[in-house]
Amino acid sequence: MNRAFVFGNDIDTDALAPGQYMGGGIEVLAQHCLEAVDPDFASSVKPGDVIVAGRNFGMGSSREQAAQALKHLGVAGIVARSFAGIFQRNAINLGLPVLVGGDEIAGIEAGDAVELDVRNSRLTTASGAVELEPLPDFLIEMIANGGLVPHLEKRFARERMNRGEQQ
Amino acid sequence: MSRPMTLAEKIIARAAGRASVTPGEVVTTKIDLAMIHDSGGPRRVEPILKRLGVGLFDTKKVVLISDHYVPGDTEEGAAILALTRAWAQEKGVSFYDGEGICHVVLPERGHLKPGMLVVGGDSHSPTGGAFGAYMFGVGATEMAGVLATGEIWLKVPETIRIEWSGTLGPRLMAKDMILAMCGRLGMDGGRYQAIEYAGETVRALEMQERMTMSNMAAELGAQAGLIAPDETTMRWLAEHGATDLPDAADWQSDEGATVAETHRFDASTLEPQVAAPHSPANSAGIGDYEPTGIDVAYIGACTGAKYVDLKAAADIISGHTLAKGVELLVAPSSKRDQERAERDGIMKVLEDAGAKVLPNACGICAGYGSARLGEDVTCISTTARNFKGRMGAKSSKVYLGSPYTVAASAITGRIADPREFGGAA
Ligand code: SF4
Repeated sequence: MNRAFVFGNDIDTDALAPGQYMGGGIEVLAQHCLEAVDPDFASSVKPGDVIVAGRNFGMGSSREQAAQALKHLGVAGIVARSFAGIFQRNAINLGLPVLVGGDEIAGIEAGDAVELDVRNSRLTTASGAVELEPLPDFLIEMIANGGLVPHLEKRFARERMNRGEQQ
Repeated sequence: MSRPMTLAEKIIARAAGRASVTPGEVVTTKIDLAMIHDSGGPRRVEPILKRLGVGLFDTKKVVLISDHYVPGDTEEGAAILALTRAWAQEKGVSFYDGEGICHVVLPERGHLKPGMLVVGGDSHSPTGGAFGAYMFGVGATEMAGVLATGEIWLKVPETIRIEWSGTLGPRLMAKDMILAMCGRLGMDGGRYQAIEYAGETVRALEMQERMTMSNMAAELGAQAGLIAPDETTMRWLAEHGATDLPDAADWQSDEGATVAETHRFDASTLEPQVAAPHSPANSAGIGDYEPTGIDVAYIGACTGAKYVDLKAAADIISGHTLAKGVELLVAPSSKRDQERAERDGIMKVLEDAGAKVLPNACGICAGYGSARLGEDVTCISTTARNFKGRMGAKSSKVYLGSPYTVAASAITGRIADPREFGGAA
């Protein structure tokens, strides 16, 4: 199983993608992701791990490197009490699952074994499954496709094909 | 007659080609305008457009503004600006280069109108709501999608009505109002829904003040921060070159439209507000603050250095000098506002007092360039947000206040009540 990394309320985009490292590539930025809140985060998080957080995760700027840094580190998804709107859109557009959970997620502790199931909107923990708010189907589809860009690639390819057939 | 709708619903319904929409439903809307800047713009969207093998959906509906990396005083910043300029030329979009901060330049050049649905590649895009446009921020990937398709999906928001009554006292501004709202409602009080600011106090505000309030709908966590257009709006737009203006009466919330929440505020009892580090939600009346020394006073950003803000700062500073050891930095939001402030003697007042004038750009607010706050520096700032490490070292502390309050603090050397400096304008 993978592990949970637990954060509080109002984790902002400057903590996720610090301004001073914005000019470097995503590799550099990812190494500083969340260091203002947890200096060991980037070095200890493993692919498949899940972030569990409080309210308004990702508040602040529209910089999507905030979501990209987490994706780069291999984070499987974020489960929070609520998300800042732009961050939530950005994450989905990049194919990083973001799901809203209720009171039960407050019981999850740092280091707990967890597994995220996006399609069934469920977080499995050692002590049972936590149901999360389901995402609309077309967003699950977009995440499954790897985000907005691959999703649009498919759409444009389809449109080109249709036009080609008419000619 | 159809069901009464809020202003947000009317704009979204029109953009979705529908007679009406209901909060919670997901619709695809056409975009009337897309604004991008040097940071999230060309350098991020072009690789995606290339990958998709498509051009811009409509070059006339895209506005590019350089502000985040202006003046390009780092090697990386200069390279980003060069790329931005080359892209603007290649695509033939409207481009304002070093003319000021995007949220201020866009309406200043007549690009916004009531009833439009606009996306901006920046989180403070709700500023457009001051003009009755449904404008919201998106990230670069989503912007690339918009530029490729001219469309975006939206979950129709609920409307949260914030009603202000009473008259603002001397030395109080829209910044104090919005900080008070942040303090009471918190940074997710807006729940990514549409806020509509209303009431006599809002109506009495001039456009640049309304912009500050709509801008910081972002700090309330809303998707948009609308103010229904009125005579003040329409006059300002006409003066700023907007053409084919609609009838303001068409872009009002209907009587009896459903709002999810109504919050009421009283301007007559408001005192100057200051937000303590590291959140705009840490706002309280200035009377609640112990004497706090400051090192830097910053008058800058889209939400704190427009003409109206520069004028407020000069009103306080006129006839005073800076407190010993305090640095006053002024980054006027746009070239036009700076020129007007120069004509009116406002810049001279600030400079004579010892202010250092910075370029018409995001500057320290973005924290991208060479100018950043050093270790342990305490700053009071007119900017919109004071997150840890945003404007400089992680050990720096940023307080937020109105330009009046920041100016008063600059001349006293501590966080100061601007009402101590009489003779309000
Ligand atoms: S001035 Fe600050 S808040 Fe405004 S657009 Fe620039 S970085 Fe954003």
